[in-house]
Amino acid sequence: MTDLKERVTPVPITVEAAPVRRRGRSLAKHAGLGLLTLVMLYPVLWMVVSSLRPNNVIFRSPGLILDGLETRNYGEGWNALASPFGHYLVNSAIVVLGCIIGNLVSCSMAAYAFARLDFTGRKLWFAVMLGTIMLPIHVLIVPQYIAFSNLGWINTFLPLIVPKLLATDAFFVFLMVQFIRGLPKELDEAARIDGAGHPRIFAQVILPLMLPALATTTIFTFIWTWNDFFSQLIYLTDPDMYTVPVALRSFVDATVSTSWGSMFAMSVVSLLPIFLAFLIGQRYLVKGIATTGIK
Amino acid sequence: MSALGFVRKRDDKAAYLFLLPWFAGLVLITAGPVAASFVLGFTDYNLIQPPRFNGLENVTRMLGDDRLHHALGVTFTYVLISVPLQLAAALGLAMLLDRGMRGLAFYRSAFYLPSLLGSSVAIAVLWRQIFGAEGLFNQFLNLFGLTGRGWISDPDTALSTLIVLNVWTFGAPMVIFLAGLRQIPVMYYEAAQVDGAGKFTQFRRITLPLLSPIIFFNLVLQIIHAFQSFTQAFVVSGGTGGPSDSTMFYTLYLYQRGFHNFDMGYASALAWLLLIIIAAFTALNFWAAKKWVFYDD
Repeated sequence: MTDLKERVTPVPITVEAAPVRRRGRSLAKHAGLGLLTLVMLYPVLWMVVSSLRPNNVIFRSPGLILDGLETRNYGEGWNALASPFGHYLVNSAIVVLGCIIGNLVSCSMAAYAFARLDFTGRKLWFAVMLGTIMLPIHVLIVPQYIAFSNLGWINTFLPLIVPKLLATDAFFVFLMVQFIRGLPKELDEAARIDGAGHPRIFAQVILPLMLPALATTTIFTFIWTWNDFFSQLIYLTDPDMYTVPVALRSFVDATVSTSWGSMFAMSVVSLLPIFLAFLIGQRYLVKGIATTGIK
Repeated sequence: MSALGFVRKRDDKAAYLFLLPWFAGLVLITAGPVAASFVLGFTDYNLIQPPRFNGLENVTRMLGDDRLHHALGVTFTYVLISVPLQLAAALGLAMLLDRGMRGLAFYRSAFYLPSLLGSSVAIAVLWRQIFGAEGLFNQFLNLFGLTGRGWISDPDTALSTLIVLNVWTFGAPMVIFLAGLRQIPVMYYEAAQVDGAGKFTQFRRITLPLLSPIIFFNLVLQIIHAFQSFTQAFVVSGGTGGPSDSTMFYTLYLYQRGFHNFDMGYASALAWLLLIIIAAFTALNFWAAKKWVFYDD
């Protein structure tokens, strides 16, 4: 900041620019931002619109205006694979639900210990935990695959869910630690004086207060698991066990560029839950990235 | 400090109980596999016969593996082009979205949404259509009398479409930048304005230094993230990394060796090389940070 004081020579303050010019500027800015919004969202909007067009029209219509509603794509797409698409939605929902529960329980427990308990080696273990955030899944996947295949877990949801029960999504542990650290310590101490042990302080004092962090974790886990392709592709090879991303991908291979309409239709179906999660949880998403981003 | 601080024993027992799942995960899911893949990296293993130690054979194989070198080139190009572009877009837009401006929440949401959708198979499917020979992009070019090409089927341009896709997801770092910009006291800008500093000087002398820790954070995170990109290249190329290996990301090559050819020993060695590359980039970033990241405290 000293830099600033030295380099800038003082000049007399000029009168504020005329309000008209300022309004013009603001209008231009909104026009620019609006245009950019349109460009950014255009591909997605166009996919939604195209999913409601007959196949032969999709390649001729870059616009967003529909001549009529063609819902056949949805019916065709829904039944294009071995099982109706609903089957894959249910599979994805099971995996997502398991991962959310796993993350909520295991990460909050670990976070409580790191944030509030005084134990030997806390600093070291905390550093180890942070280190695991950066670990690419690719260094783990081969031995994990070997271990899970020896357990007979290939083509079950266990390889996807069990790690979450063991707090391996360190990102969320970190997020929760940050959150708990922000809670007043007096509350724990009051509960302690009243004779509560750690399990009770955790369950009855800390957990209810950390609902925002739990909500952030839920939404991120939902979106990341729903989108996750790499591990689901590796562990789920039986079409009966396919989740949405794996099913969608096999759809692409099966119908390559013959039936974009139904492929778009199922793509839209697969994005719908993400979009809903975004609408409902926007506040927590934005807060979640902002707090972990800075602290 | 609590009044009970003196009599309270350390919480070792409780802490280790609370950390039990995490410790189990660390040993079984994280650290164990990391160590195991290191050992497997010195073996030949196809899942059927037991692993056979082959010394540094995997390392010499990597040195002579032209496809691997090509995959490294593709991945470096992708990371080094798409991350700076993405962060520049994120910072630029974050600066445009002034405090308290009208429609801020709307723009923020609209720009953020793609970063939630971007890693999905559905968007990769869409990209395949958009940049296909008869895709949306070419239809727009046609409107202006231009003829495009099959952007995804042409080895010269296939990777660019993936770079565009990554830049498209600038919303997540943008939200982090927005939060960071809000931390800079308005008073600094007012003082600078009084001193006659123009917008550009304010940006260079106030915004950039005060935001540099966050730029650094985003840079580290997005580089790590970009090195691990997989889904988009996989779906767009139908799992091949084509055309002519032009979208052969490192992770895709690793997947092919490990889970197509079941060459688990070599795949483990590849995984460790990736870990080393990512660690080296992160270390390099931290080293360079000393020269340009400004800490207020």
